[in-house]
Amino acid sequence: MYNEKIETMPREELEQLQVEKLQSTLNRVYRNVEFYKKNFDAHSVNIENISSLNDLKELPFTTKEDLRGAYPYGMFAVPLRDIVRIHSSTGRTGKPIATGYTRNDLKNWSEMVARLMAAAGLSDNDFIQIAFDYSMFTGAFGIHYGAEKLGASVIPSSSSKKIQEQILIMKDYKTTVLVSSPGYASAIASNLKEMDIHPDELNLKFGIFGAAPWNEKIRSTIEEQLHINAYNTYGINTLVGPGAAGECEEKCGLHVNEDHFIVEVIDPESGESLPHGEEGELVFTTITREGFPLIRYRTGDLSSIIEGKCSCGRTFLRIQHVGARTDDMIVVKGISFFPIQIEDILKKAQDTKPRFRIVVDNVDGNDTLDVQVEVSDSLFADEVKKLVELKAFISNTILSELGISAKVTLVEPETLRTEGKNAKVFIDNR
Amino acid sequence: MLKVRNIEAGYGKLRVLKKISMHISPGEIVSIIGANGAGKTTLLQTIAGIIQPRGGEIAFADTAIGGMKAHKIVEAGCSLVPEGRQVFGPMTVQENLILGAYSLKKKGLADQQTQELEHVYELFPRLLERKDQLAGTLSGGEQQMLAIGRALMARPKLIMLDEPSMGLAPLIVKDIFSIIVKLREEGNTILLVEQNARAALNISDRGYVIETGQIMLEESADELLNNNDVQRAYLGKDYKSIGDMKGEE
Repeated sequence: MYNEKIETMPREELEQLQVEKLQSTLNRVYRNVEFYKKNFDAHSVNIENISSLNDLKELPFTTKEDLRGAYPYGMFAVPLRDIVRIHSSTGRTGKPIATGYTRNDLKNWSEMVARLMAAAGLSDNDFIQIAFDYSMFTGAFGIHYGAEKLGASVIPSSSSKKIQEQILIMKDYKTTVLVSSPGYASAIASNLKEMDIHPDELNLKFGIFGAAPWNEKIRSTIEEQLHINAYNTYGINTLVGPGAAGECEEKCGLHVNEDHFIVEVIDPESGESLPHGEEGELVFTTITREGFPLIRYRTGDLSSIIEGKCSCGRTFLRIQHVGARTDDMIVVKGISFFPIQIEDILKKAQDTKPRFRIVVDNVDGNDTLDVQVEVSDSLFADEVKKLVELKAFISNTILSELGISAKVTLVEPETLRTEGKNAKVFIDNR
Repeated sequence: MLKVRNIEAGYGKLRVLKKISMHISPGEIVSIIGANGAGKTTLLQTIAGIIQPRGGEIAFADTAIGGMKAHKIVEAGCSLVPEGRQVFGPMTVQENLILGAYSLKKKGLADQQTQELEHVYELFPRLLERKDQLAGTLSGGEQQMLAIGRALMARPKLIMLDEPSMGLAPLIVKDIFSIIVKLREEGNTILLVEQNARAALNISDRGYVIETGQIMLEESADELLNNNDVQRAYLGKDYKSIGDMKGEE
């Protein structure tokens, strides 16, 4: 354990700490962040009435839309000159969101991540290869500073290389721990076969994967193909990045760093707080963040809080593996998008709103995307050449706008309609 | 050791403390820093039982002490070194110290009083030299030592000091603070209220920043020393203009 004193803190002590820090955070944001002052006033919330963790539910939520509305620096709680790092979301699904970190925030961030890495077994004897995009995305830098804090040898290989290069680095530089998205790990596994390298020829001990929803099935595939243990790490770009929660070696839930975040689960429709064990939307409140505090941030991720204590001895609550979302956001090969974006592309192609279906699967460890589009009667009867052009147009546009290479299947008109009103637009076979 | 939750306190119609929550664990040195009038003294006096809280709970060593009489709180093991020293001028140094052990006598531990007296004289040789001198004739620094010694006589588990540096020359302040560090090394737990934020944070483990009766920030002492807002407000970093990146120390 990286920080035994904190990670095994008795729940009573933790609760006192959380209440204190929640109260001081609320005082600070009310004073320093216009959004929260307005929001609390609009909901007639008097922060002086927040006396316990139970009172959290009196506070209004903060959504991604709220953050977008404060673009770029409206949610920052400290003067800009106190911010020493800016990270940002990509803005592919809407306006980008910029987050800011003070010196203390960065220190806390690396401590959080170091804890989670240590829980998965990382030590200063390891060579850790970080195959995340080193950019304004928080994943790469977050893991980097956390691993460095532990004294591990960090190999910032980034995700921009060709997979074969990535694998050669793993082999030659004797990487013992791989960090990437689960999709990327699967891609590495299949490329190993192609390069005729047996996983045992590598020095890999285990891998820590995150930045995309995945499940036990994908975990077993990665573990089988790479001959390693695969651990889950959970983070949210706007909340901090990696470091929010992670698995210990018991692999039965992800411990939340509760001295930095208060985690709740709510019913996504009604907004009501749900008890432990029930599935709902994860909501996080930061209690140590100086630069960019978040009060009851709705993540859109579905999970539940696991009852009971973990046998590893940590007293921090665990959450279930996040495999699904509350909105219709789809994540394929680490890239997130919404069905409406596909619809817009299809509109461009045929000048009408055709019926379509998105089918996502995982073949041999690789995420696949198949867009099935109904073609208008007249077009279907037309030249094959036109159909081929249409397919090419659609898949090229998807590639250029979303960054994913998709298979496009043109189907006869009415094929998708016959399944009735409740026909699913999105099927996930993973 | 001490758990404070949602304390409300004030004077007459004036609300001074608004939902203060804090805690201190055994062996820690925790500082409360803030400007004049922020509520620091009110907080210590509320914990010590000199002022009654209007709301909230205070737990000391698992006993609820909110609303308890001040002398009972001393008996429970929580001693206050008040703001401005408040030594009994017309009495001698030794008499002042013995008075501090009043609660020990009550508990029937009179022999511990002699032991503790020796201990205090060891810590403060200056007081031994002046043991028969009238307390009112001591210098500021000596009076502060006497006030601390008097609080120690009750063999407290938690020592609370209200502005120990007030009115003292910088060199004496240094002495007083090294004594506080020594007290922690001897196993004491210390809650320190100070306007001299830098001196306090330099010897503390954690700190709370209080502004107009509310806790604004709670972090480790190092983090507070590195926090720019704290630096600007309490550590004397003076920015001359908007573009001035470094400020003057």
